[in-house]
Amino acid sequence: MEFLAQNLLNGVSIGSFYALVALGYTMVYGVLRLINFAHGDLFMWGAFLGYTALTAISAAGLSPGPWVFVPVLPGVMIVLALAGVLLERTAYRPLRSAGRLPPLISALGAAFILQALARNLYGASYKTYPSSVSLPGGVRILGDVTMGTTQIVAVLAALLLMSALHVFVHRTRVGTAMRAVSLDHDTARLMGIPVDRVIAGVFLIGPALGGAAGMLVALRYGSFDFTLGWTFGLKAFIAAIVGGIGNIPGAMLGGLILGVVESLGAGYISPQWKDLIAYVLLALILIARPGGLLGERCAERV
Amino acid sequence: MSEPILDIRELHVWYGQIHALKGASLTLGAGEVVALIGGNGAGKSTLLRAISGLIRPREGEILLRGCSLVGLPAHEVVGRGLSHAPEGRKVFTALSVEENLAMGAWVLGGDRTRIDRQRERVFSLFPRLLERRRQLAGTLSGGEQQMLAIGRALMAEPQVLLLDEPSLGLAPILVERIFATVREIHRAGVSILLVEQNARGALALADRAYVLETGRVALSGAAADLLVDERVRKAYLGEG
Ligand SMILES: Nc1ncnc2c1ncn2[C@@H]1O[C@H](COP(=O)(O)OP(=O)(O)OP(=O)(O)O)[C@@H](O)[C@H]1O
Ligand SMILES: [Mg+2]
Repeated sequence: MEFLAQNLLNGVSIGSFYALVALGYTMVYGVLRLINFAHGDLFMWGAFLGYTALTAISAAGLSPGPWVFVPVLPGVMIVLALAGVLLERTAYRPLRSAGRLPPLISALGAAFILQALARNLYGASYKTYPSSVSLPGGVRILGDVTMGTTQIVAVLAALLLMSALHVFVHRTRVGTAMRAVSLDHDTARLMGIPVDRVIAGVFLIGPALGGAAGMLVALRYGSFDFTLGWTFGLKAFIAAIVGGIGNIPGAMLGGLILGVVESLGAGYISPQWKDLIAYVLLALILIARPGGLLGERCAERV
Repeated sequence: MSEPILDIRELHVWYGQIHALKGASLTLGAGEVVALIGGNGAGKSTLLRAISGLIRPREGEILLRGCSLVGLPAHEVVGRGLSHAPEGRKVFTALSVEENLAMGAWVLGGDRTRIDRQRERVFSLFPRLLERRRQLAGTLSGGEQQMLAIGRALMAEPQVLLLDEPSLGLAPILVERIFATVREIHRAGVSILLVEQNARGALALADRAYVLETGRVALSGAAADLLVDERVRKAYLGEG
């Protein structure tokens, strides 16, 4: 029972990070019907930019305690938001009317560029955040089920960001316009909605959340390298598909399910098999519901 | 007739190799209802889409109160006082009725009093929408969706309203309702360009009308005259 609870907890924790990254894929897909392959690498850059900021603070002679996240996390989010808008402007907008394949190739190109940049600037070795930024201790949740304080804070931050996004998308004018644009560009234009600016807004939010996830993942798992975008990011992408790509609650649900299944697979069967188990289950979900759990029921209208 | 509020001159629109509008001209006077009728593929929707800026004409002029709309991005046209309820309703299916109306009021910005007043007007025009205001637009019936499409277009406080086949796919009783509402909107001072396949209903409602055939205006005149015109009766009113 406690073993189950511990695994569920781990699963929710990792799943909330998948979800945070999955949101970026799904929101861009929503407004552009484009798979933004570069999103995983922007997420990876979040981890590296955080690393740079933390090591700079150390180098300046200040011992970076957990408090440094208060300025550094929003800072990294802002830098990535700007990078996201730049990406949209340079790699996607010029190809907006070129059909579906050219933007996809452009996305792959951008992904490779971001990855190569990270490898060349930071090297191929694993990086670790200074241990002084972690919160000490852990919390006993029930019985022997425990969770590190850092983990708890990271998960709460992820959930908080997702709630903020939910409120934004459902309770504000601009958020509602984002949903309208993902349904129908032309009709949104007839309403006076500046569709290009709304799309740019999506490219602000997605990478900002991805960047935050990058830092939180680096903090929780200790070490990372330039392949983080492909390894972790790809799983987040799959989470978005399972939830129903284009659907925001779907991305959150998909992320959580992937995290929980993976964690249960690792706990009850074997850590070596966890990816296989997770992917088989996800394949089964997609066979039963090709549009994803919360996606459109019928095949996509192109 | 006084200075037209909307003046379309010699409009040419191409879709790639397809010459969809071949020099169509049309005017809408302030306070008028003008019907635009014609068969499938005549270019009626193309004309409305060109006016709204969704497609760019290759040649010709579109003047709204004397100012050119050509080249203006589509999202800036509605702010000039012209709303377009597109063919096929195009409500935002995954948004609620209220959210659809809020999107229609986009150009009013955050002006709550104007938005609320406009919403009241729409709800009094279509009480059914008030009952369903929290329902997703995709779950509305076809007639309700049409009401929402018109109501949404009205949210922007337009002086000119373009309606593309509002009666499409509706039962006769509902068609009556929609036409009656169009008349009511007109009485409130909105100038209306009404595209219709239901030529009889549209001509009964309109002051003037144009008949579009393969991208050209084939006939135009007072609606009452066209209603008894031999060619119109044969081609569009289904009479021998
Ligand atoms: N996006 C497009 N690409 C290519 N051709 C188009 C496009 N839209 C319309 N056309 C063509 O332009 C012509 C005019 O179409 P339009 O939709 O304006 O006709 P319509 O009068 O509105 O017809 P209906 O009464 O059936 O709605 C048609 O021949 C149509 O095939
Ligand atoms: Mg049409």
